[in-house]
Amino acid sequence: MSVLYGVLFFLASIIFIGGLVYKIRQYWRTPAPLKIPTTPAPVTQTGVVWRLFREVVFFESLFRSTKWTWIFGWLFHFGLFLVLVRHLRYFIDPIPVWLVWLQPFGKYAAFAMLFGLAGLLARRIFVDRVRYISAPSDYLMLLLLLAIGSSGLLMTFVFHTYIVGVKAFFRGLMYFDWQALPADPVLLAHLGMVMFLMIIFPFSKLLHAPGIFFSPTRNQVDNPREKRHLAPWAEKLEAVDGQ
Amino acid sequence: MAKIDFEIPKLEDYPVVPAVKEGTMKHSQPYKAIDKFQEPLGYPGKLVDNWKERALDKMGELLGKYRSLQVYLDSCVKCGACTDKCHYFLGTSDPKNMPVGRQDLLRKVYRRHFTFAGKYFPKLVGAEDLTKDVLDDWYSYYHQCSQCRRCSVFCPYGIDTAEISMAAREILDSVGEGQKYCNEIIAKVYKIGNNLGLPGPALVDTLEGLEEDVEEETNIQVKYPVDQKGADILLITPSADFFAEPHVDGLIGYGKVFHQAGLSWTLSSYASEAANFGMFIGSYENMRQVSLRIRKAALDLGVKRIIFGECGHAWRVAYSFLNTLAGPFDFLDKRYPVPQHICELTHGLIESGVLRFDKSANDDMVLTYHDSCNVARASRMGRKPGGQFTIPRDIIRASCNNFYDMPYETIHDSTFCCGGGGGLLTDDLMEVRIKGAMPRAQALKQVVDDYGVTHMAAICAICKSQFTKVLPYFGFTMDQIVSVHQLVSNAIVMDIKEV
Ligand code: HEM
Ligand code: HEM
Ligand code: SF4
Ligand code: SF4
Repeated sequence: MSVLYGVLFFLASIIFIGGLVYKIRQYWRTPAPLKIPTTPAPVTQTGVVWRLFREVVFFESLFRSTKWTWIFGWLFHFGLFLVLVRHLRYFIDPIPVWLVWLQPFGKYAAFAMLFGLAGLLARRIFVDRVRYISAPSDYLMLLLLLAIGSSGLLMTFVFHTYIVGVKAFFRGLMYFDWQALPADPVLLAHLGMVMFLMIIFPFSKLLHAPGIFFSPTRNQVDNPREKRHLAPWAEKLEAVDGQ
Repeated sequence: MAKIDFEIPKLEDYPVVPAVKEGTMKHSQPYKAIDKFQEPLGYPGKLVDNWKERALDKMGELLGKYRSLQVYLDSCVKCGACTDKCHYFLGTSDPKNMPVGRQDLLRKVYRRHFTFAGKYFPKLVGAEDLTKDVLDDWYSYYHQCSQCRRCSVFCPYGIDTAEISMAAREILDSVGEGQKYCNEIIAKVYKIGNNLGLPGPALVDTLEGLEEDVEEETNIQVKYPVDQKGADILLITPSADFFAEPHVDGLIGYGKVFHQAGLSWTLSSYASEAANFGMFIGSYENMRQVSLRIRKAALDLGVKRIIFGECGHAWRVAYSFLNTLAGPFDFLDKRYPVPQHICELTHGLIESGVLRFDKSANDDMVLTYHDSCNVARASRMGRKPGGQFTIPRDIIRASCNNFYDMPYETIHDSTFCCGGGGGLLTDDLMEVRIKGAMPRAQALKQVVDDYGVTHMAAICAICKSQFTKVLPYFGFTMDQIVSVHQLVSNAIVMDIKEV
């Protein structure tokens, strides 16, 4: 079992990282031929960084848009963020002080995350407009995250697992030094689903996470009158007719 | 008012998000362009036989050319935030008029043909083959989007359905399914120089008539010059300004401002059009060709500055794209931004005390102001972000005593489209135009009831034409829509001086 999980984790990591690098490269290389920031937009690069910061950390546009989705969505993501930070303890050694300090927050953030996910699922089921735009994968994604979160919570509060063993296994994977994984069903389920999430990440709507940084309506500086913004393929048009 | 065979939406006291009703607008399709309008733009004259391959090839090409398209087709999480933001959904209840519903028409094909998940698990991720039925849906629903970008304001990733609509129309054009209204007009610009097909001599005549009218009214000789070499300023204005009401009253206003400020200016008969429908059809090449006419006119006439008249999408193309498409404009006077908006000019002249107003001239009106989408969400005026909201309002306040804004959720960057933008201002789309105007009409009704507003000012030729036509269906009259420079024209104090 340990070997199977070890191999699968390698594969999942390769797909996850390779897939993301591929998509990010694709976004990076595709030109944005015209200035299309949604105005009013910042007129400086610093302003753009601040705009993106507000979008990523506070979901500013979503806040303007619908308060319910914002509350659920933000609780979910913020919870997820704290949970993931807390998970660093399985991978780094020694554990830095700030991470120790954060442990209890990470633990309870899991509830915020699950609450948020449940709210999002309810909205998807009960609001007719959102139901109309949902494909099966949209429900499954929420269910998958709910299942990962619940299995994690079970381990934290009910069926404790042998954390030291988990850590040894993962640090072993990172340093090519095989260690056994505790054969605990909840843990195996948790990890199995996490691998699945990693594999689908670069092929699904989870690309919204890198996507937001490449969205021209959000990441462009509003300065078209001052600077030309020629894409390479548009430059070729000029060469053709000599203007 | 033309006869209609559909229900006009009722104006409720409060905004209501309708329940989803599938398929209500599937039938709405504009006339298709025939070969003589398609070919000058470089598109096939009718639906080609291998349209499916061609459409997919084109989609692949566009995905490689436009980062917006690639990122937006991947990133939507179906959060639903945009679903109640489109005026066409609010007015028609058709879920394919929800921004994400509209995007999904293209996205499902993208997924099916360009992504791993859609190739192997189409049902799971809602991917679909490109069939004739899907193509028909594209033609219907991508011509029910005014590219107003309201959805992009509210989407957490800024997904801009306008970008998707433009790409879809470009694909449709490339397989021979162009829209008559837009493509006929672009062909006219190439041939004659403006959307209306108004030739040079007719333009001169019209403007002479205008000069006589203004002189009769004010006893002052205000000039409306055309093709005057050596003038300082080239004015590029939508051709509707030459004769449509209330547009022409705005043009009269620009002339008075130039006159009073002692600025030398001219129109061009070669580039007698600010509008650039190349944007509506998503065609960089056509947008560029139309823009280059302005560059040529500026060079030929030897002007120092370019100023644009009141037009929404034209200002987007001018402000956001002109420098990129037809620049660099290093032959113009570097002290002024290229191009400038007529409101920027007037506002500057008001601030520096050059213009004076007798506000009581507009006392017969109580005004509100309609932010045009392309000005509000796709461009700027002045130095500071948001100048596009304050500058026109400052001008109105300087020339009128009575001004009230419509509810906050319907102005500034949350403004509702007039319903006729994006190449939809044609009689064959009357149903979607009327229904799409509902949210704006409702907001207007609110200030009419609360503050006794009598008139709505705007700075967009399309908005003005659309409102004169559709507001009567909601119980208003067509003359309740006015140009901002019409207010300026009414109130400006003109000194008698030698020019
Ligand atoms: C840069 C980081 C990220 C940002 C800014 C971000 C932002 C957002 C926003 C604004 C939404 C829409 C509102 C909502 O439904 O919650 C959303 C939805 C979603 N996000 Fe993220 N996200 C990020 C990373 C992630 C990651 C790492 C995951 C998954 C492991 C994730 C999973 C989801 C899911 C599943 C939804 C859809 C929720 C639904 O079905 O309604 N996000 N995200
Ligand atoms: C390689 C990756 C991962 C490993 C090794 C791992 C392992 C664990 C372990 C051992 C626990 C139990 C903690 C305890 O008993 O205190 C746990 C809890 C949890 N896990 Fe994971 N997990 C991983 C990835 C994830 C991911 C990607 C998510 C979310 C999408 C997640 C969500 C949770 C949650 C919500 C809890 C409960 C709260 C907490 O203890 O932080 N895990 N995980
Ligand atoms: S751009 Fe405007 S018209 Fe088009 S989908 Fe978005 S809100 Fe609707
Ligand atoms: S708001 Fe944006 S992410 Fe949400 S459903 Fe609409 S387009 Fe998709």
